[in-house]
Amino acid sequence: MTKLDKAFSRRSFLKTGGMLVVSVGMPVTLDLVLGVNQALAQNARPPLAPDQLSSYIAINADGSVSAFFGKMDMGQGLFVAIGQMVAEELDVGFNRVKVIMGDTGTSVNQGGASGSTGVQLGGKQMRMAAAEARRVLVDMAAQKLSVPADQLSVVDGVVQSKDGAKKASYKDLIGGKYFNVPLEWNKQTGNALYAPGKAQPKNPSEHKVVGKPIPRQDIAPKVYAQENFNTDIRVPGMVHGRIIRPAVAGAVPVRVDESSIKGIKGARVVRDKDFIGVIADREWDAIKASQQLKIEWSDAKPPFFDSAELYNHIRNAPVRKRQDDKPVGDVAAAFKTAAKVIEAEYEWPFQSHACMGPACALVQIKDGNVTVWTGSQKPHFVANGVADTIGVPVDKVRAIWVPGPGSYGRNDADDAAADAAVLAKATGKPVRVQYMRDQGTGWDPKGPASIHRARAALDASGNVIAYEFISKGFSRVDVDTNGSKPAATLAGQLRGEPLAYVDGFGTPAESYTFANKLVGWETVAPLLDRGSPLRSAHLRDPVGPQIHFASESFMDEVASAVGADPVEFRLKYLKDPRDIAVVKAAAEKAGWKPRPSPNKANPGTGTVSGRGIAYSQRGGTVVAIVAEVDVDRTTGKIWARKFTVAHDCGQIINPDGLKHTIEGNIVQGTSRTLWEEVTFNAKGVTSVDWATYPILDITEAPESIECVLINRPDVAPSGAGEPSIRAVSAAIANAIFDATGVRIRRVPFSPDRVKAALA
Amino acid sequence: MPKYTLNVNGKARTVDADADMPLLYALRDDFGLNNPHFGCGLAQCGACTVHVDGAAVRSCVTSVADVGKAKVVTLAGLGTPQKPHPVQKAYVEEQVPQCGYCINGWIMTAAAFLNDNKKPTDGEIRDALSGLKCRCGTHMSIIRAVKRAAEMA
Repeated sequence: MTKLDKAFSRRSFLKTGGMLVVSVGMPVTLDLVLGVNQALAQNARPPLAPDQLSSYIAINADGSVSAFFGKMDMGQGLFVAIGQMVAEELDVGFNRVKVIMGDTGTSVNQGGASGSTGVQLGGKQMRMAAAEARRVLVDMAAQKLSVPADQLSVVDGVVQSKDGAKKASYKDLIGGKYFNVPLEWNKQTGNALYAPGKAQPKNPSEHKVVGKPIPRQDIAPKVYAQENFNTDIRVPGMVHGRIIRPAVAGAVPVRVDESSIKGIKGARVVRDKDFIGVIADREWDAIKASQQLKIEWSDAKPPFFDSAELYNHIRNAPVRKRQDDKPVGDVAAAFKTAAKVIEAEYEWPFQSHACMGPACALVQIKDGNVTVWTGSQKPHFVANGVADTIGVPVDKVRAIWVPGPGSYGRNDADDAAADAAVLAKATGKPVRVQYMRDQGTGWDPKGPASIHRARAALDASGNVIAYEFISKGFSRVDVDTNGSKPAATLAGQLRGEPLAYVDGFGTPAESYTFANKLVGWETVAPLLDRGSPLRSAHLRDPVGPQIHFASESFMDEVASAVGADPVEFRLKYLKDPRDIAVVKAAAEKAGWKPRPSPNKANPGTGTVSGRGIAYSQRGGTVVAIVAEVDVDRTTGKIWARKFTVAHDCGQIINPDGLKHTIEGNIVQGTSRTLWEEVTFNAKGVTSVDWATYPILDITEAPESIECVLINRPDVAPSGAGEPSIRAVSAAIANAIFDATGVRIRRVPFSPDRVKAALA
Repeated sequence: MPKYTLNVNGKARTVDADADMPLLYALRDDFGLNNPHFGCGLAQCGACTVHVDGAAVRSCVTSVADVGKAKVVTLAGLGTPQKPHPVQKAYVEEQVPQCGYCINGWIMTAAAFLNDNKKPTDGEIRDALSGLKCRCGTHMSIIRAVKRAAEMA
């Protein structure tokens, strides 16, 4: 057992927390409080279920608080924000709260990391649970102290009378025992889970912990090499596994020459239908075995084409599904009356999660119980997927999330868990699988490629009278947003489950009021129905960057066509006051001087500078970004030198965590804009490492990122994990246009492409 | 299988390994020093970086046979919470990492760089760290932290 596992297990909480005991349901009357004392003698434990307060909050024997959270932190410090919300409602010091994340043995399924809902939905539930816990504890104290509940207050975990004469601490009231308080569960699991109690949370004006820039506690252990990642977990008897992928996507093993690895100690082949992997006692031996194993692959017809043909393919491919938002007015009729029509088309490639390390998972099967250590941001779903993959009941599977080598959506972690499970089942040993780099970048699920057609109708005065925006691309969900079904993992597909894809894309999230407006999307079929390195899935802000690169670039094109300043143009048509506020705030902070783009004062040679703005909504959050870029007209190289970001996600829980999150989004968004493109040929993906899938280098990082954090304490917090990546590409594209007068409509803006566009 | 005795974080450690086995696997799997991470195995990202006689070296492409008597220092040997290296201290103060999987590369490379460059400019820091990867995009914090560390030293 690792130190992390020990620290995160409810069993160890019970060991340190003393007897397993229960308090009772509500309302807490004298009878029921007597019931507590009776329950003290019983070792009953409430089930780990969404409708139990004990599933979210426990007061430990020492009076500290454990918060069991069914979402997890992907590096933005979410657990600090959750700890702040819990501490706030419980009236305990922040340092008294430990947030325990992502272990299916200790938390219910709150959806995992998903859609920037950590605070928005996960935090909302934890806030309600903590408020309920405080209410119950105050009621218990009222009985114990014989003081009416409404005359008690709580100071750092101690319930006390107004004169301070009578006191009862949380520790004394329930320390080391579990709440036995039912909640009003909405019968949903995942993101939609909501189970409030009778208590109402505090009024934001009373907040003392929420809103403070509290630092993360996990950074020092990482920096001093004291914390394990999921790649570092080891158990007795563990062997190392590696998976072998075909050189031609879709090819399957026909003959395997096991003698080709007989010289490698302990090396063994595991083949299960079209799944093929190796194990060995030592990691280096497993790697060598995976490289030396001779496999005769089937003569599969190469399923793809050259990535240079990608956009033609999308353009010409039959539409599988079309879906429009509810139209405004009559777009077709309005275009017939137009004095002028502006049209443009934009292109976005497949992109890889390209996490810092390829995914890793460890699976142990012991006495019929399965334990999965996974870096997947959705361990509860992984437990389901592993159960189905190896044919065991899900209640026999415990999935423990341990931070992995980065996660920005449905990456390769879920595939690694299924692979490790197949190997563990076949060999009877605990198996740790880590992919190799080419598998991490080449075979992870991809953010989908797309094209976007926009057109606007102008009247004789240059007013926009109609707007149409249609995306066409691969679905965002060839594989599900989690590995809960065998069809969603490579192991499942290679063992006979075809891709169970659904059609999904998205539309621009903005509040432009045009009298006639039609926005929609179309999907095309996946290129291979199983085992595809180009299967699509959710990558940070799924389809948001591509859609808003196009829609916000196009707004600039229209502004330029009518000779309007890009900020003034947006403000003319924006409706939502919060949208207007972020656009104004970003422009003001950036020192934006109104004038139309492009900047006619710029020379046609050398390095020229420009500024661009873009804005977007996402799930209740609104962001406006001003980018200032330098364009080297000789080399085509772009330096996105400065960003000014105005960010409104309602109530801010932790401004420091928010600022770091925004910075990460801006840099990752810049990387995706300037460099990132999955390349492939007929046989498979050819961008398989950091040389062939380059990302932004630190020498290209911005000089500065200025954040304007708009705090709205009275607006329920929405998300921050993704919204600020959304408009980065358009802000950069608009700044390039401002600098050069040239519009770049295809991502990435690599130097050769920019140079060609400028020529 | 040959036996190698390596000097790691000031201690003699012995491993039976193929001569071509990268140092990374000896550190992680045989010595239990988990801090160097496998990122690429191609010397493209830096997640596996250690110091070998004071120089920042990618342990994923350095064979155990090539280490010889050189002194190997991993992140765990660089400093402790009680006696932190300035880069570690600055990393905590600037709250740099997000997922944190990349930090060996940045911290070990920056520490070696600052040994020879006491007062680096912003541009020198960027150049010294060029080629290292951070997928979460913490580059702004990294630059702030290395500057802060230089001021401490």
